[in-house]
Amino acid sequence: MSSLEIRDLVVALTATPDKPIVKGLNLTIKTGEVHAIMGPNGTGKSTLSKAIAGHPDYQIISGDVILDGKSILEMEPDERARAGLFLAFQYPSEIPGVSIANFLRAAVQARMAEGEELDATGYYKKLYGKMDMLKIDRKFTSRSVNEGFSGGEKKRCEILQMAMLEPSFSLMDETDSGLDIDALKIVAEGVNAMRGDKLGVLLITHYQRLLDYIVPDFVHVMYDGRIVKSGDKSLALELEAKGYDWVKTELAAV
Amino acid sequence: MSASAAPTLTPSLDSVRFATHLSQRSYLPAWWLETKKAAWNQFNALPMPSRTDETWRFSSLSSLDISGFELPEDASQHIPNLSDFPHAAEIIYSNRQLVARSAVPADLVAQGVIFAPLDEALTKHGDLVKKYFQKLPANLGSEKFVALNTAFTGTGSLLYVPKGVEITSPFVVQHTLSGANKAAFPHTIVILEDNAKATLVEFFVSADKSRHLASGVNDLHAGPGAQLTYVGAQNWSADTLAFQTNSIVAERDAKVLSLNVHLGGRQARHESHSRLLGPGAHSEMLALTVATGDHEFDQRTLQTHVSPNTTSNLLYKNALLDTAKTIFSGLIIVEPDAQKTDAYQKNRNLILSDDAEAHSLPGLEIQANDVRCSHGSTSSRIEPEQEFYLQARGIKPEAAKQMLIFAFFEEVLNKLENEALHKSLSTLIESKFKK
Ligand SMILES: Nc1ncnc2c1ncn2[C@@H]1O[C@H](COP(=O)(O)OP(=O)(O)OP(=O)(O)O)[C@@H](O)[C@H]1O
Ligand SMILES: [Mg+2]
Repeated sequence: MSSLEIRDLVVALTATPDKPIVKGLNLTIKTGEVHAIMGPNGTGKSTLSKAIAGHPDYQIISGDVILDGKSILEMEPDERARAGLFLAFQYPSEIPGVSIANFLRAAVQARMAEGEELDATGYYKKLYGKMDMLKIDRKFTSRSVNEGFSGGEKKRCEILQMAMLEPSFSLMDETDSGLDIDALKIVAEGVNAMRGDKLGVLLITHYQRLLDYIVPDFVHVMYDGRIVKSGDKSLALELEAKGYDWVKTELAAV
Repeated sequence: MSASAAPTLTPSLDSVRFATHLSQRSYLPAWWLETKKAAWNQFNALPMPSRTDETWRFSSLSSLDISGFELPEDASQHIPNLSDFPHAAEIIYSNRQLVARSAVPADLVAQGVIFAPLDEALTKHGDLVKKYFQKLPANLGSEKFVALNTAFTGTGSLLYVPKGVEITSPFVVQHTLSGANKAAFPHTIVILEDNAKATLVEFFVSADKSRHLASGVNDLHAGPGAQLTYVGAQNWSADTLAFQTNSIVAERDAKVLSLNVHLGGRQARHESHSRLLGPGAHSEMLALTVATGDHEFDQRTLQTHVSPNTTSNLLYKNALLDTAKTIFSGLIIVEPDAQKTDAYQKNRNLILSDDAEAHSLPGLEIQANDVRCSHGSTSSRIEPEQEFYLQARGIKPEAAKQMLIFAFFEEVLNKLENEALHKSLSTLIESKFKK
């Protein structure tokens, strides 16, 4: 079993290190678990996930992120990814001129030992298998990464990448937004198929609906850069019914 | 104190050498020998480019040193194989020797297709060569080096495709140089008659790291309705001074696509002039450059619209690394009769190093009133979000950067119909990054 430990994490924009966005966040995810984070817009959810992935716009002011007992903060983004981290972006980049097939092949190749040759037949077999599972047209392999993709296609493509790269921890930032109801089910099925004791998931979402399909083990409420409430999946239902004002008043009362 | 050493005899392309060159070719047509003599005289009469020449603005001039070079006499042992895509026939020169030549398929021969080394073409099809050889020269500043080419050329080829013959498989010509101070002067002529279709791919490469000189010239002629594709890819050594001059002529409804790939050379100058002579003619002018080290890539282009309803589209993309320098200077001329012209010119530079230097001098000269023309140049850097996206998938920074450079080139390579050729050129470009 692996674990990803976020300890007292404080994150700010690299440009404004004196104004933290994530303000001392604690969370431990073990493989086999699905954690959901919900929270109002602008509360720092994407900041948290991008900082963990090593995005240069964000600076870790204090605290630590520990993967299997080892801090990843000194690692470059690509090293973190190869160590088993995956970020499904809220807003995936478009990369004109790089085909999905070449992009994923490079990502798979980067995980192989120096000098080891990629088995092209095996690679395509796996790729097509995953595409079929996610109901992505095989023609997409020759399209440029995310270029001209609809919102839903971009999100599905993120899951395709996750399926191909088999991370041990996946941070999924609003993967459900922009998906129609059928696509949501397909994506959820895809994630559920990957669930198991080799994968830990952090699911960032605004909608309880997703959690009907991907049932979380834990639900956390993030507010103003911190986790202010944790519970099981019923917390999501409660939030849906009462809104964030409920959390705010509770906090004020403390 | 020891006495000063006797001056070393540096080989050079002097009158003695020229006389030898001529005498070795006495079997060729008289007009050709006269053309060579005139060119030799012109070469000697023309001054070297100077600071006051507008056509050499921003170019390094002191490094245009053409002394000490000689014509190689022996083929190299090592000849890189670059035509790893299906092709109709190929002609391979190494150090000016014809070292390999594959037969033109019999069905094409039966249809009158000619693909021959230059000397053979002069002997057997002299009139054809005479009719097109430098009839409309590029005239973009390198006249002296074009004259040197004419004086010494002996390698090169003629591709002639008669009326209505369409060939999808490319013809290949390769020029290889090896050994110190060797020079090459290739001249290629492509003639497509009415509604013919053909592709010629020409490679220019150094087989070693020696100092080389190359001046290549070609005449590309697309007759009415013809479709001509020309690819010239150079990967000269890092100590090569190279000139490449394209003259493109498109008659009525002809479509020409030219792509020049520049990978090597200490200083590489490329000139390309498209003339749109008949209504409906189109010229697609493309170039890709990977500029590394302290090398200089100097590009001068001209799109001359002579007839109405003609179109041209130029896209030159340069990736600049290290302390490399690129110069793009392009002009569109729309002559008074050329109404309804569509002419575009774009120079895109991808700057990968703070110390690299990209100059761009776009220009328009419009003498007709009903035209659509635009020109522009942009310099950009690698998009950090794209770079992060790739790295977030585990792709190492160097590989990610390379992928984005290739992505930058893809827009150009995608214009090639031939997939295998596209792939082969990608591989060639990739080799430039494998140090
Ligand atoms: N690169 C950036 N430049 C400027 N401000 C930023 C940047 N990244 C985050 N912020 C700011 O930090 C705060 C948190 O943003 P973040 O994207 O992490 O919120 P979020 O919880 O993901 O919101 P949402 O639910 O809308 O996706 C916001 O006020 C946002 O404007
Ligand atoms: Mg967000």
